[in-house]
Amino acid sequence: MSEKNTYEVGISSDALKQPRRVVFITRNTSAKVKEETGPQLMSFPHVILRETIAFQILTIVLVGLALFWDAPLEQLANPLLTPNPAKAPWYFLGLQELLHYFPPLVAGVLLPTLVVLGLVVIPYFDVNIEGEPLWAHRSPRRLQIYIGVFAVLFVFLALYDAWTVLVPTAVVGALGLVPYFHTTNTSRFQKFLGSRPLPWWVMTWFIAVALTLTVVGTFFRGPGWSWVWPWS
Amino acid sequence: MATTAWTHERLEQLRQTRVWRSIFRRGPARTNRTRSLAVFGNLALHVMPVKVREKSLSVRATYYLGSISFFLFVVLTVTGILLMFYYHPAVPDAYRDMKDLIYVVSNGVFLRNLHRLAAQAMVVAVFWHMFHVFYRGGYKPPHEFNWVIGVGLLLVTLFLSYTGYLLPWDQLAFWAITVGTNIISYVPVLGRPIRFLLLGGHIIGQNALLRFYVLHCVILPLAAVGLIAWHFWRIQKDGGLTVRDDHE
Repeated sequence: MSEKNTYEVGISSDALKQPRRVVFITRNTSAKVKEETGPQLMSFPHVILRETIAFQILTIVLVGLALFWDAPLEQLANPLLTPNPAKAPWYFLGLQELLHYFPPLVAGVLLPTLVVLGLVVIPYFDVNIEGEPLWAHRSPRRLQIYIGVFAVLFVFLALYDAWTVLVPTAVVGALGLVPYFHTTNTSRFQKFLGSRPLPWWVMTWFIAVALTLTVVGTFFRGPGWSWVWPWS
Repeated sequence: MATTAWTHERLEQLRQTRVWRSIFRRGPARTNRTRSLAVFGNLALHVMPVKVREKSLSVRATYYLGSISFFLFVVLTVTGILLMFYYHPAVPDAYRDMKDLIYVVSNGVFLRNLHRLAAQAMVVAVFWHMFHVFYRGGYKPPHEFNWVIGVGLLLVTLFLSYTGYLLPWDQLAFWAITVGTNIISYVPVLGRPIRFLLLGGHIIGQNALLRFYVLHCVILPLAAVGLIAWHFWRIQKDGGLTVRDDHE
């Protein structure tokens, strides 16, 4: 998109091929009024064909796996015999891991509600439509806020001994600082990090924490929710 | 070659028959006009856009994650209906039916494996789809509301998987649901009533199994079908998938 003009006008000349349209593209505009990007194809047969092939490949892979992997089945349910540890399905083990550190009202109710609400409001709160990098202006004020937020998080998590949350938080937090301090002789990976906007960092932090908690809850927790190594 | 021409001719004749024309009401999709008709004149396909941007069809644009989530839902519906023929939502019977699937029913193990596998895969696919859409910026205007529908679909997927988890009625199922439903009772004020409503009592027993069964086989799938249709239809109404300016 050109930066000099405040708007562009485009008129398709072939009205039979494309309906007439006038497009105004201004800076900071939404995707809604952006120019159509690239040529178009008819859904039939182009999409239908691709989707059919995708479905066939998926079915073949699933059938192949289902022939060799067996669904688990344990003994008949017995309310008097509690297994240790009793584990939720794997996609809730991140939550169960959180319950190990925080009171149930926080880990079981408040945090999941906040996560769902957070996901719902993402498109309405993302004012960063142009995707400006986090350290675009190398603002020291922003750096102070960044370090401040992480300091509060660290103290809070350390108070609750929530190490499996703290470690991924520290890793993502440190990665986020790399593009601020390291601006010369940057590798491709560092350039990639340097171009990431704030919402990218928040989501990456969330995924890192959720993934760590789920993996730890699934493979590294044994009797009494104690730490075990999956290979021992 | 001769047989191809012969087949072609027979197909052409079939197309001319009164019965065929009463079903499809249009000729072969050879021009752009008839190709459009093939999509928006079809009950199942009309939620799709008639045209798509070429870029949005590249594998890297979507990894087909949304489609894969939907295909897994289709596989789950088919295998789920077949499993329903062999299943009683009653307390000792449910577990016996699992044993029957293993030892008595032809291909019963395969059927259950396929259902379980597709269920796990669907949870992964839906999460992955959401994160991919986020990183591609697919939630930005005018796609805001479709993102919200997507969050709804994520929750329905999780509830579907969770309610299905109880149905085998083995130790794994019983205690996983115990852990989960105990959390609900910590919701202030409404926690215990909600848990009672979900379980049909204070303990996980016959009533809970029946309620989870109805949720898993009727209510949640209907909700999913509605939301999926809405989700697809909104892609079309919002002007197709997001395509990035920067070409990669």
